[in-house]
Amino acid sequence: MNKIYLYLETGQEFQGKCFTTPPSLDYLSEIVFNTSMQGYQEVVTDPSYCDQSIVMTYPLIGNYGINQDDNESIHPALKTLIVREHCSTPSNFRSRQDLGIFLSSRGVTGIEGIDTRMLTKIIRETGTMKCIVSPSPLSSSVLDDKFKSDLTQNQIEKTSTKTIAHFPANGGIRIVMLDFGYKKNILESLLKRKCDVIVVPFDTSFEKIQEFSPQGILLSNGPGDPKSIKQVIPTIKKLQEKYPMLAICMGHQIFALANGADTEKMKFGHRGGNHPVKDFAKDRVYITSQNHGYCVTEKSINDTDLEITQINMNDKTIEGLKHKTLNAYSVQYHPEASPGPNDTKYMFDDFLTTINEVSNA
Amino acid sequence: MPRNENIKKVLVIGSGPIIIGQAAEFDYSGTQALRSLREDGIETILINSNPATIMTDKEMADKVYLEPLLAEFVKKIVLKEKPDAVLPTLGGQTALNLALELEQEGFFTKEGVQLLGVNLETIEKAEDREQFKQLMIELNEPVPPSQTVNNLEQAIAFKGEIGLPLIIRPAFTLGGTGGGIATTEEEFATIVKTGLASSPIKQCLIEKSIAGFKEIEYEVIRDRKDNCIVVCNMENLDPVGIHTGDSIVVAPSQTLSDRDHQMLRDVSLKIVRALKIEGGCNVQLALDPHSFQYYIIEVNPRVSRSSALASKATGYPIAQVATKIAIGFSMDEIINPITKNTYACFEPTLDYCVLKVPRWPFDKFHMADRTLGTQMMATGEIMAIGRTFEESLLKGVRGLEIKRDHLILDPILDLSTEKLLKNIVKATDERIFEVSELLRRGITSFEIHSLTKIDLWFLQKIQNIIDLEKLLSKEVLDKEDILLLKMNGFADSYIARTRKISEVDFRKHRKELAINATFKMVDTCAAEFESKTPYYYSTYEQESEVVLDQRKSVLVLGSGPIRIGQGVEFDYATVHAIKAIKDLGMKAIVINNNPETVSTDFNVSDTLYFDAVTFEDVMNIVDVETPIGVICQFGGQTAINLIEQLENSGVKILGTSHDSTDLAENRERFEKALNELKIAQPIGTTVSNIEDALEKTKIHPYPLMLRPSYVIGGQAMQIVYEDSELIQYMENAMQVWPGESVLMDRYMIGVEVEVDAICDGKDVLIPGIMEHIERSGVHSGDSFAVYPPQNLSEDIKKEIVEISSKIAKSFNILGLINIQFIIKKDKVYVLEVNPRSSRTVPFLSKVTDIPMAKVATKAILGQSIIDQGYTPGIHPEEKIISIKAPVFSFTKLKNVDSALGPEMKSTGEAMGRDYSVQKALNKAFKAAGINFPYMGTILVTIADKHKDETLPMLKRFHKCGFKFLATKGTAKLLREHSLPVQEVNKIGRAERDLLDDIKEGHVQVIINTITRGKNVESDGFKMRRTAVENGVICMTSLDTTWALLEAIEINSLGTMTL
Repeated sequence: MNKIYLYLETGQEFQGKCFTTPPSLDYLSEIVFNTSMQGYQEVVTDPSYCDQSIVMTYPLIGNYGINQDDNESIHPALKTLIVREHCSTPSNFRSRQDLGIFLSSRGVTGIEGIDTRMLTKIIRETGTMKCIVSPSPLSSSVLDDKFKSDLTQNQIEKTSTKTIAHFPANGGIRIVMLDFGYKKNILESLLKRKCDVIVVPFDTSFEKIQEFSPQGILLSNGPGDPKSIKQVIPTIKKLQEKYPMLAICMGHQIFALANGADTEKMKFGHRGGNHPVKDFAKDRVYITSQNHGYCVTEKSINDTDLEITQINMNDKTIEGLKHKTLNAYSVQYHPEASPGPNDTKYMFDDFLTTINEVSNA
Repeated sequence: MPRNENIKKVLVIGSGPIIIGQAAEFDYSGTQALRSLREDGIETILINSNPATIMTDKEMADKVYLEPLLAEFVKKIVLKEKPDAVLPTLGGQTALNLALELEQEGFFTKEGVQLLGVNLETIEKAEDREQFKQLMIELNEPVPPSQTVNNLEQAIAFKGEIGLPLIIRPAFTLGGTGGGIATTEEEFATIVKTGLASSPIKQCLIEKSIAGFKEIEYEVIRDRKDNCIVVCNMENLDPVGIHTGDSIVVAPSQTLSDRDHQMLRDVSLKIVRALKIEGGCNVQLALDPHSFQYYIIEVNPRVSRSSALASKATGYPIAQVATKIAIGFSMDEIINPITKNTYACFEPTLDYCVLKVPRWPFDKFHMADRTLGTQMMATGEIMAIGRTFEESLLKGVRGLEIKRDHLILDPILDLSTEKLLKNIVKATDERIFEVSELLRRGITSFEIHSLTKIDLWFLQKIQNIIDLEKLLSKEVLDKEDILLLKMNGFADSYIARTRKISEVDFRKHRKELAINATFKMVDTCAAEFESKTPYYYSTYEQESEVVLDQRKSVLVLGSGPIRIGQGVEFDYATVHAIKAIKDLGMKAIVINNNPETVSTDFNVSDTLYFDAVTFEDVMNIVDVETPIGVICQFGGQTAINLIEQLENSGVKILGTSHDSTDLAENRERFEKALNELKIAQPIGTTVSNIEDALEKTKIHPYPLMLRPSYVIGGQAMQIVYEDSELIQYMENAMQVWPGESVLMDRYMIGVEVEVDAICDGKDVLIPGIMEHIERSGVHSGDSFAVYPPQNLSEDIKKEIVEISSKIAKSFNILGLINIQFIIKKDKVYVLEVNPRSSRTVPFLSKVTDIPMAKVATKAILGQSIIDQGYTPGIHPEEKIISIKAPVFSFTKLKNVDSALGPEMKSTGEAMGRDYSVQKALNKAFKAAGINFPYMGTILVTIADKHKDETLPMLKRFHKCGFKFLATKGTAKLLREHSLPVQEVNKIGRAERDLLDDIKEGHVQVIINTITRGKNVESDGFKMRRTAVENGVICMTSLDTTWALLEAIEINSLGTMTL
């Protein structure tokens, strides 16, 4: 196996082995960690990881291979998958190929043999940072130079659909989903509930959406910084006035921005399947699936029409918002799970209940 | 939801003596529960009959009742103490059953005592198979289809519906006797017929066989707000068909996709919610390896062995959280005590791979049927943590205390491949070694998978280990090779052996190459949050996380897995040593690999290293922590065995040195030392081969006591009466312990007495003398022990004290010492000296109120006995009589003889205390689970030599209201002495024989002293097994029989004429 080098912005370097086709050139990306013990297939196909290098904290990755059903998008959007040990002899009845072969075929670099716990601790202590993956050793002066480049900010443009797609269901509630880089299971969650779904590019105009006569709007998850697509804010403002709205993850952040709140970059974000979230209305804590590097600033809620409905039990960050007068609400986590627990699937049911109530009123 | 303010006083029910299936894990969970209750200002009352536990220490609860775990005693305590509530979910099945019994009869309701953590309905729904099945049907969750049948036709009809394979379970037979799995039509008909025949009610349950499915467990916690989390999921390496307690288990699951996992997680939560459990719960599921089809196997509505494992594997304190929930808190109000900055309401995530490996007692029970099945047989387990599966597996093997440091088991190396392939189909404890050997011989993992259904993932990992072994035959091992081997868990000792160098030399070489163990933290969150708890495991990685401070530190060696001869008593001493070190303001570090114990609770020591107690692992810690020394004497033989190597490597041994230990354990030196001190001992000699042994019988006449040198628990100890037995023993010994000499002592019949003492180098403190009820010949661990002694004269006691002090001082003991004596014709002989903590230390500590292990630790660390406020010499005798009773697990093991002898067989102990010997005995028997009758029938089969001794006892039994059954000869004798006796046939001599009388419940007690036939086919063996399987009391020692009689008499109101 080829040696491969990982350099952090903070100066640490790691040497691992490449379990995929090695990259021909070095490249810059943002490095983050994910604490899910299962669900690497969903993680590597989640568009929200666009352009990132992901460290899996669980050391044994690839055990059950890659199957045909669990992809969250067609093309993995991440740059690198960093693990302690990749399993090239997977075992599961649905397994069709091993993770390394899959990633190679999609141009993603896989690195193994790294002290991923050490790496995770560095990220936890210093925060999300830039890293350089290189097939050959790089000198510190070269590195200094390369680290000066900025990370790209066009992830949503890259991942969002370019065309409108219709997933018809006869007589079902019609939902228009603004695609910021949606995970397949959000769509599946709606289809499973007999919804008629139209997926549109993130920058589709209000007028265009209106033409579909939706009964509800879903703002999807997506990669990167919500402020990179401020242009959609007017559309969202108009949409929420007219239609019930559910916003997830990136959608949640844009929804907050559209209502005058602010977002900020978190130190190292939330990525994993074990985040406890308290839903105040239900007085219950749910275990949620999460993947975000930005969050809505708590203080910024004060002068808006939004109220906090859910918070993270670990760091008390905002996990859910609701518009005080409109039928619009949002969650920071992923109620569609995949990977992660199904505890919060009720968000979809509640959303459809709201739509039905509005439609009947 | 804050805590329920109405609960001010809680009665906690413990789990009683250690038996197979219910071990130290409940000391761990009970201790956490008590601590947790007291944190919230709740007054705690504890009932538990097991003196060897930490939880029964006086300071653990406001009041500790060391009383039998029986309804009558719980009732008395409730009436006396008036608790507001009772907490039964942390004391295993024993506590749960007890609570169920009292709740069902309405006692708790009547007394206004609230049942915490669980309710009657839940217990019934979870435990009653029919109700559970009904609930699953209501929830639309699948259980394996099954049907009760009364004849072959019904069985065949059911087979028509479901198809083969099917499991046949005869009703009301113990351990599934007569049942089995049928895969063919012929097998089916045969097994159903035998099954029906062996069932007393001629009934069988026919169940769809899901053997071969993946067995997956979920540890769930729920609170009354209905918050529900999964602490951990675990996957059994051994598929369904082998009890999870006898399976190698890995956490988290390895071969499940997220979809598989979430599906099973959802099901588990759904069931726990439906059962409305408030606290911890374990759900076992079977998953088809080829589809999403799953079945619910069972639910344990309480904290279980798996919970203890899950707690240690994740760092999440299940028992503590379950206790808080029981008193009203919800999980979003409970702080995660590991991170101290997150809440208990979250799901732990691991960044390591955890393996649990069972420890079986077959080294003690050579004759036992080792086939693993639905009845658990392991006495204990170890847990290994590593960054890879390979590392965890090899760490597990070397930590098992089975003299293995790699996946190689010498006795199977000579077996043919054909034989091995046959062996692995029906698993025994040796299967993992057999599988490894087959892979080594080039059999493919696919072939092994098709025979065993062990998932290919696991087999491939073992294959990786086998492939790496090839490195060891390289001419030169370079740094990269060694690092690779170490990262995959290869033991130093194994690598060294294959390279034909000493372990010490290899270690030196490895360190020169800068290949050092690194230590990673177990923190519940995979490093996402900073953790405050120094709970580490070793691995070979880039970064080590150990945080050192300025304090002086002491490393205490734990005792490894629980096995016969080395039970929870040694963990008790370990925990006390830790506490004493902390008391002295030093940092207490512990190494142990037993997940069931209190010592491996993350907040007991200052720093916990969850690693095997081997030379390699201890040295790795010494390198990093540089403690002022290592304490070995509390960790049983496991730790004692390391003293020499550690001392030779320059490690300071705190306490008795290697030289002194050797003096006690090396037979020749020992004999010489006692001779010099003019202390009497049974005359003995050392022999090394058969000729030598036979020759020496000329000077040392029979009967003789034989045993290999350097063993614990009387392993392989045997009394021989003639040449043929001697030869047989020697042949076996030379095979099993090659190179070890055999000790050949005169078997001296007398009263056995035991002393535990502490020496600070100058003075000796003897808290008490214990007298055994059984005469010599019965292993001390299997004897009833009485404190204070009842039959020793003041002179004898004085002599015992003098000898004990003399030995302790002249052997240069520093710390604990245990001495065993035989008193014969008013002469005191020393049988053996153990320069370490013993099995009786917790018992004696409790009854004399002298925390012996603590005092010893402080003495070791320089605080003299006098400075600690104790007066050297013998401690004044207490008024209350305390009796330690052995507890056995014979029902769990097939083909194991229950006759007592010099080899230890008990798995645990219980205690009875009262003001008279008789009352204390009565309680001790009850506490040990011997449910004796006050009248009934006794089957008497006694050796001729015992007849004179037995008759007076039988007369007294008769007065109490017993009649007798006996075979011809004995019956005649009894009749001659006017005792009512009915003659029964010897086994196999007629259509009906005495076995039928036992099976049909005509016998309540058996007195059987003809125990010399060790053969499985012998009549005595058959009778004793039948007794065990039918729950009939079987006495093989006349001394125990005497004790039983005393216990019966005290409560037996006789009848008399005017």
